[in-house]
Amino acid sequence: MQIDWTAFTPGPALFGGVLLGIAAALYIHFHGRILGISGIVSGILRLQHNDIVWRICFVLGLLTASFWAAFLFDFHPLQVIQAEWGALILAGLLVGFGAHYGSGCTSGHGICGLSRLSPRSLVATASFMGAGFFTVFVIRYVLS
Amino acid sequence: MMLKSIGLLSQYLIGVLFGLGLLVSGMSNPEKILAFLDLGGAWDPSLIFVMGGAVLVGLVAFYLAKKRTQSFFGDALQIPTRRDIDQRLVTGSLLFGLGWGIAGFCPGPALVALGTGHTKALIFVLAMLVGMATCEWLFSGNKRTPALK
Repeated sequence: MQIDWTAFTPGPALFGGVLLGIAAALYIHFHGRILGISGIVSGILRLQHNDIVWRICFVLGLLTASFWAAFLFDFHPLQVIQAEWGALILAGLLVGFGAHYGSGCTSGHGICGLSRLSPRSLVATASFMGAGFFTVFVIRYVLS
Repeated sequence: MMLKSIGLLSQYLIGVLFGLGLLVSGMSNPEKILAFLDLGGAWDPSLIFVMGGAVLVGLVAFYLAKKRTQSFFGDALQIPTRRDIDQRLVTGSLLFGLGWGIAGFCPGPALVALGTGHTKALIFVLAMLVGMATCEWLFSGNKRTPALK
């Protein structure tokens, strides 16, 4: 293993991470909830009256973040999506099912769970990171 | 009514802030996620700094949150209390990690990239919603019991 010093961006990573932490902090203090994207989104699919509008408001925030970044800060970060359609569909199905089945994703288990020192979230984070490392290794060095 | 509207605006603004965090940190870019997950090639450890920055703030925030009796907007505090490691948690997380490694997308960044206008992000998000709905139908969602504390 060698570190890619040209791609490594510790400054923006740390700053962006602090913003994510502040968002999670505001969320638990203002709304009393864990800021977990898969939990918030999957709740919409339950179609329960009185439990849907706030979820949609939050998701609209995520969807318009790029607009505000461009509008307020003239910031247009690059997003390179190399996966093809078939891979994207398979990945989406796995991410959606797995995150809901395992009660959380990178935000709920990763950021909030580790911040709460939750043993469940530590196991979940180690599991999905391990699976992620394994998957990329297999795709890039075994299959190709 | 007024408070409810402000609450919804707050939901929206925190969503924007979280999205900005993902954009600034580079985590809305699947290529950067995959560069972190690729231990065999030129490794980009940025994600560790993202998690580090977020958890640093989060540690203080959740320590203080546990002392609250209710949220600022008057909702009950829903902090999970389960500590058991069950099959479901591990299986779900492994499947999630498998999908994460295939495309480099997790739910938040995918929604942000969808908002940027990427068709591929739309494909991923639609499949993700189908995956979530499948879990919801088969197992009636996650059976977490949000203990009110």
